[in-house]
Amino acid sequence: MSTSTLPDDPQLRERFTEIKPPLTPQAATIEANRCLYCFDAPCTAACPTHIDVPGFIKRIASGNLRGSALRILDQNILGGSCSRACPVDVLCEGACVMHQQGRHPIRIAQLQRRAMDVFLASGEDLVTAPPNSRHLRVACIGAGPASLACAAELCRQGAKATIIERRPLPGGLNTYGVAEYKLRVADSLREIEMIRRMGVEFRFGAGIESAEDLKALESEFDFIFLGIGLGAMLQMNIPGEESDGVMNALELIAAYKTGRLRELSGTVVVVGAGNTAIDAANAARRLGAETVYLLYRRGESDIGAFDFEYEHSKQEGVQFLWHRQPLAIRQDAHGLLLLDTVQVRQVDKTLLPVPDSEFTIACHLIVPAIGQSPIAALMRDYCQINIREGKIDADRDTGRTSNPRYFAGGDCLNGGREVVDAVADGKRSALAMLKIAEAVYA
Amino acid sequence: MPDIRIRGFAGKIDSPNPFWLASAPPTNCAEQIMRAFDAGWGGAVWKTIGEPVTNVSSRYSATDWNGLRIMGFNNIELISDRSVETNLREMAEVKKRYPYHAIIASLMVESKREAWHEIVARSEDAGADGLELNFGCPHGMSERGMGSAVGQVPEYAEMITAWVKEKARTPVLVKLTPNITDIRTVARAAKRGGADGLSAINTINSITGIDLDTFTPRPDVDGKSSHGGYCGPAVKPIALNMVQQVMADPESALPLSGIGGIETWRDAAEFMLLGCGTVQVCTAVMHYGYRIVEDMAEGLVGWMRAKGFNTIEDFRGLSLNRVTDWKNLNLNYKIVAHIDETKCIGCDLCHIACWDGAHQCIHLDRITGPVNGPVELHPTPSDNEARTRSSITVTPVTRKERAAANADQGPYLAPLARIPRVDETECVGCNLCSLVCPVTDCITMVRVNTGLPAETWDQRSRGAECAVQPQRS
Repeated sequence: MSTSTLPDDPQLRERFTEIKPPLTPQAATIEANRCLYCFDAPCTAACPTHIDVPGFIKRIASGNLRGSALRILDQNILGGSCSRACPVDVLCEGACVMHQQGRHPIRIAQLQRRAMDVFLASGEDLVTAPPNSRHLRVACIGAGPASLACAAELCRQGAKATIIERRPLPGGLNTYGVAEYKLRVADSLREIEMIRRMGVEFRFGAGIESAEDLKALESEFDFIFLGIGLGAMLQMNIPGEESDGVMNALELIAAYKTGRLRELSGTVVVVGAGNTAIDAANAARRLGAETVYLLYRRGESDIGAFDFEYEHSKQEGVQFLWHRQPLAIRQDAHGLLLLDTVQVRQVDKTLLPVPDSEFTIACHLIVPAIGQSPIAALMRDYCQINIREGKIDADRDTGRTSNPRYFAGGDCLNGGREVVDAVADGKRSALAMLKIAEAVYA
Repeated sequence: MPDIRIRGFAGKIDSPNPFWLASAPPTNCAEQIMRAFDAGWGGAVWKTIGEPVTNVSSRYSATDWNGLRIMGFNNIELISDRSVETNLREMAEVKKRYPYHAIIASLMVESKREAWHEIVARSEDAGADGLELNFGCPHGMSERGMGSAVGQVPEYAEMITAWVKEKARTPVLVKLTPNITDIRTVARAAKRGGADGLSAINTINSITGIDLDTFTPRPDVDGKSSHGGYCGPAVKPIALNMVQQVMADPESALPLSGIGGIETWRDAAEFMLLGCGTVQVCTAVMHYGYRIVEDMAEGLVGWMRAKGFNTIEDFRGLSLNRVTDWKNLNLNYKIVAHIDETKCIGCDLCHIACWDGAHQCIHLDRITGPVNGPVELHPTPSDNEARTRSSITVTPVTRKERAAANADQGPYLAPLARIPRVDETECVGCNLCSLVCPVTDCITMVRVNTGLPAETWDQRSRGAECAVQPQRS
């Protein structure tokens, strides 16, 4: 079992330079000293994993970087990737009291990254309870943030945790789905390597395809944690969608991050306006596409993406086509894609086509990014757990499902949120399992 | 327009303004002092002249604070390492070019009458407007029986002052060391010796810090260090106290040139309110250069204009009689903290400071409803924190969720639940919360009318004495 990294690709590195480069050591100290050290701080409250933000920042200010990282890891084992991937504007930094004084919020993410980078580079192992000192074996399905957090907490406290992953690399969206200019594959894998060294076992290439697969796990493990994320990306359901040259956003992101897609040119049309659509559009620009359109059936004020993501994409040179909907995809004689679109306007809650507003965009790649389907339905059949509105129905405090041997966390439970939410879910489930096991064996 | 010119300080020293450079590296040579005068300094106390010394390298170290440089500054540099001739020749040149600026010769020679007589005569011949006797330097020179070795023994200080006065035609200032139990003992000695004025304070014995890798204190001279003289913003409160002690003591009080952490016009005004006629600056210039004097002069004039003072004499010493012994403070004066909810940013530093460092009377109970009374009635800070840490928070990913998160903020800058409230029935009016609050004027201390007449501890204890002892007939 290895969580080894991919070969370094200088072209990828150059094209996807980080949008938030790390602070220099002195800049970090200066920034850390700006922190007021609020009591029961709003930033900590706003963080789904409740990282002791003032606590770790004051440790940076005093030069206790190791202690700072340990303080972060106490609450959030993926503190490194969260420092890069979190939408901090709506989380810790958005809650910073500096806003109330008209001052720039403390750059919490950058400081967290500073502490985590130093710690992860040191290669130090985290202290765990003796392996298997608890009578608890747990299988975590999916190697994304929820399972990683769950498994890490279990191992930290002496239980046995095994992660089952169908893909060759761990990390889920951290490795395959977060824009490279925010979180590099290598950084995701370095963090997971620390978790592996805590004693978490990984089984790669092992998909759960049937109820029998789960039955086998049930006989080997006490509990099963579902960190399976969401299902395939939604289809646009228009003619020609199966053409070559149509590649959904997650596919595109995973392909460039793993080196399978290194170059684009011409015109790319991304359909959708969520954060993933923005990531894909920005990636297309950085991969070389001259013109990137983002096509959205509603208006600018309706987009799902965070404001800062939208602003960023404008800087990347993405162009926006509002109130326009795709109708069909055709191919011309030269292999170009022709995307037929129409203007729509909203009447009450429905979108109506505007007469004589059709036009066709000739392009080289079409990237649907209109959301992911729930995967949870499969689980209902496999392991008899309740599903509500496409999400696994579970106890909010513990993630325990209607099948008491199954817990769930991350996107499959919360319908699709952030890495930090998945970490919080995974850890909560781990703590709940440990508590149950303790009660049983006490 | 207020006039900040100095006329006849310590008898007959004039200068265009009260801002002098203290005897230190910024006054090492003529070239520096002339640039300083061009920048706006009114006077300069020449770097101490005496038998030239050999200095070590390194010489300075500092105490940084929360990422800011030089809260305090420390040096182990000795007096001038240039010959007496060079210094005095340059002094004559500066005096010729800048006849209206104050040039004070700081002097330190061995404790012999003839030696002092000679250096006094030569300095005055060079054109010095006054003499400052360096009885304060705490390092190096004191090991050779000079500097603070003199300043710590009142008899020596008085004797040498008297020797100098035998010869001097210009005003004689004695520079006092703070490295003594009561600074007034030497001030009184200087006054008895005939000094025309005083300078205070010199630097404070210090070790600024230790390198945690090499274990050598700073500044490191080949693996060893030596105690140095501490100055800079950190020493200002100590200096103000000593200035007050000297100026409030009739046996000590003389025209005083205030020194110690002065960096802005505000600092200068405070020293003057305690009786200083001029002020001397070193560390701030070593940090930022001579240019800082521009704001010092402008700011002081601006403040004087706002307060209606025309000259420095109009306000010099005004605060002296506001310092008294503790026993004379009014025990029936009562203030309580008031938190302005429209200004509060919700950092809750006052809450934790009051609970852990004061009197447990600032609570987070604006939503649950105010409860007044002793500590047992309230949730502890840990209770409050635990509640937050056990709550489930999720990232607001949709527009709707973000709008909802922003909506329940209440009418103030901070959410109501985070705006602390003062239980005035328990508040002792200690000021701590208003000191930790990062927002200007958010926490104010408000006077409460106790309905009681003013009463001091002195009066109360004497009253008690009267009550206990039968009245003599």
